[in-house]
Amino acid sequence: MSTASTATATRAVEAPARASWLRRLATSRELGIFLALALVVIATTVRNPAFVFSPDGFRDLLLTPSILVVVAVGQAVVIISRNVDLSVGSILGLSAYLTGTLFTTTELPMVVVMLAGVALGALLGLVNGALVAFGRVPAMVITLGTLYAFRGINVAWTGSNRINASDLPPEFLGLGTQAIFSIPVLTIIALVVLAAVAWYLSNTRAGREFYAIGSAPEAAELYGLASRRRVLVAFVLCGTLSGLGGVLYAARYGTVNSQAGLGYELQAIGAAVIGGVAIVGGVGTVLGAAIGAYLLLTIARALPVLGIPDFWQQALVGALIIGAIVLDRVLARRQSKRLLTERSAV
Amino acid sequence: MTTQTATAPAPRVYADHARPAWRRVLFTTEMAIISLLAIVLVVASLTVDKFATPLTMTYLLLDVTTLLLIALPMTMVMITGDIDLSVGSMVGLSSVIVGLMVQAGQSIPVAGLVAIAVGALGGLANGLLVTRMQLPALAVTIGSMALYRGIAVGLLGTTAITTFPREWTQLVKANIPGTPVPVVMILFAVLLAAFAVLLHFTPFGRGVYAIGRSKDAALFNGVNVDRTRVILFVLSGAVAALAGIYYTLRFGSARGDNATGLELQVIAAVVLGGVSVFGGRGALHGVVAGVLLIGVLSSALRLAGVTSDVINIITGVLLVLSVISGSVLGWVQARRARPAASAPGAKA
Repeated sequence: MSTASTATATRAVEAPARASWLRRLATSRELGIFLALALVVIATTVRNPAFVFSPDGFRDLLLTPSILVVVAVGQAVVIISRNVDLSVGSILGLSAYLTGTLFTTTELPMVVVMLAGVALGALLGLVNGALVAFGRVPAMVITLGTLYAFRGINVAWTGSNRINASDLPPEFLGLGTQAIFSIPVLTIIALVVLAAVAWYLSNTRAGREFYAIGSAPEAAELYGLASRRRVLVAFVLCGTLSGLGGVLYAARYGTVNSQAGLGYELQAIGAAVIGGVAIVGGVGTVLGAAIGAYLLLTIARALPVLGIPDFWQQALVGALIIGAIVLDRVLARRQSKRLLTERSAV
Repeated sequence: MTTQTATAPAPRVYADHARPAWRRVLFTTEMAIISLLAIVLVVASLTVDKFATPLTMTYLLLDVTTLLLIALPMTMVMITGDIDLSVGSMVGLSSVIVGLMVQAGQSIPVAGLVAIAVGALGGLANGLLVTRMQLPALAVTIGSMALYRGIAVGLLGTTAITTFPREWTQLVKANIPGTPVPVVMILFAVLLAAFAVLLHFTPFGRGVYAIGRSKDAALFNGVNVDRTRVILFVLSGAVAALAGIYYTLRFGSARGDNATGLELQVIAAVVLGGVSVFGGRGALHGVVAGVLLIGVLSSALRLAGVTSDVINIITGVLLVLSVISGSVLGWVQARRARPAASAPGAKA
């Protein structure tokens, strides 16, 4: 089964390269979910114009998914390399708490504290990556273990303490609320991260190797790619971005307890999957994952406006994830069938 | 026959069988985890005050029953190389269904049967998506995990139903007369026996291992791969629903968010018990020991005054160590066996 899906997956990657850019755009997965997102926003705005056309509404629309975008981008890179990182929520929590603690207990400048939070994320990502790459064990098990371990460390360290907004310097909290040209700073950070990682994945040799490794690990190995190093880099990148997510979380919410980031791993994986990143690896873009994150959290905010009790939000998310992967499979099958007929016609 | 296999360059997989029987039984992952469980039990009894008392044992067993039940089908699902992340949500959904039906005046057996039927249906949906659509079980069950939990929360909101017949809530907590063993252990024992026979003593069970080793090879050997996988998902959903009924009655409370995160605990315990996430290997006695190990550790640590959070760290570290040690051992064995066995199939 895995070999069959790999074959269709690789073909799916090759095929668009031959199509014209217009057709590529029209059939792209990113456009599809972007349209879905637009539809949700439009439908909700028709019901309640304040959803977009009020300063708060516009700000929240952009701001709320920003942190998830950062984490989902990292997760997407890991999934593309045919791994998964279940520990992102725990990493986010630890980084958020470290950031808050450094502000309350030390006099370090803001930038240093923020970098420390990000660095902690990178370090924890390195632990994951080293265990997966050199232990030669499935990422799911390792990161399930570190999900517990990191969260446990967090709870043991935090106890019943919590960082309050009043403990944090106002200029740091300003990051979470301020806007430049009415675009929230957090959103700008998320977009910069997204653009950088998207460029890295599509334009550098190392970036393309993630796809190669995710499509066919054995082939990548035979071809001489440094699989272990790439996997290690993917996890460090994911950890770094989760750490950044933690710093942003502290800036956005001001309150950090030992439960910060609980359940983020599933939202991040869900965002990536909805955005067209195939869970079997090798397919998808970080842009898709980012739009997936926006779709996921915008739907959650739109439901109450549309008159659906927000208790049903999670059910909808589940249906959306299942719908997305089924759609992917149907499209991939249709494409492989079309490619087969094309080949036999030649 | 034996001399032939001994002299012929046997494939790596069968190399184990050249060793004496007592070594094959003793030097296994399962025995390692059982020994660890025994050591922890002895140490805890000696060092932790009040650990070796009937009351502690009763509560320990009551606590781990949910995990024990769900671990049975999960073991088989994971041996085929699949995974079911939706079990925790199914516990919650089953809990809500039982609660709503009891509130509507139905009896527990009727409500329970409906819940189990819903669980089986949920498992069937997972299984069909995985086999018919050829989707990875991980992706499907991440989706259904959110879906089933969402339905549970959607049906009941943030309220809780706490009106359950007293005789039932008493029954699930009652002990077998004269022992510190809860009555619900009988249910577990029956299921354990059924699953053990199914996995270890039937062609169906051999098929489960074969699928985990290689789906194609299993198919060519006449194993109905898709049907087996669907059946296992159905069993997983149904048993999760059964565990949900127990969970509801034990705590006397039906809530949509009951047993959130349970899926990860179950998987951690199953992997700790020696089941490979790649599929193809594992056994029920190891898994039961794995669940009990986590249960005993948390119970003993809680009695020793260690906060429950440290248990998370221990669970995580144990999990990582158990898989890493397997990988390291395999590497060492492959190193030692390298002169004898040549490259093909030397992946441990």
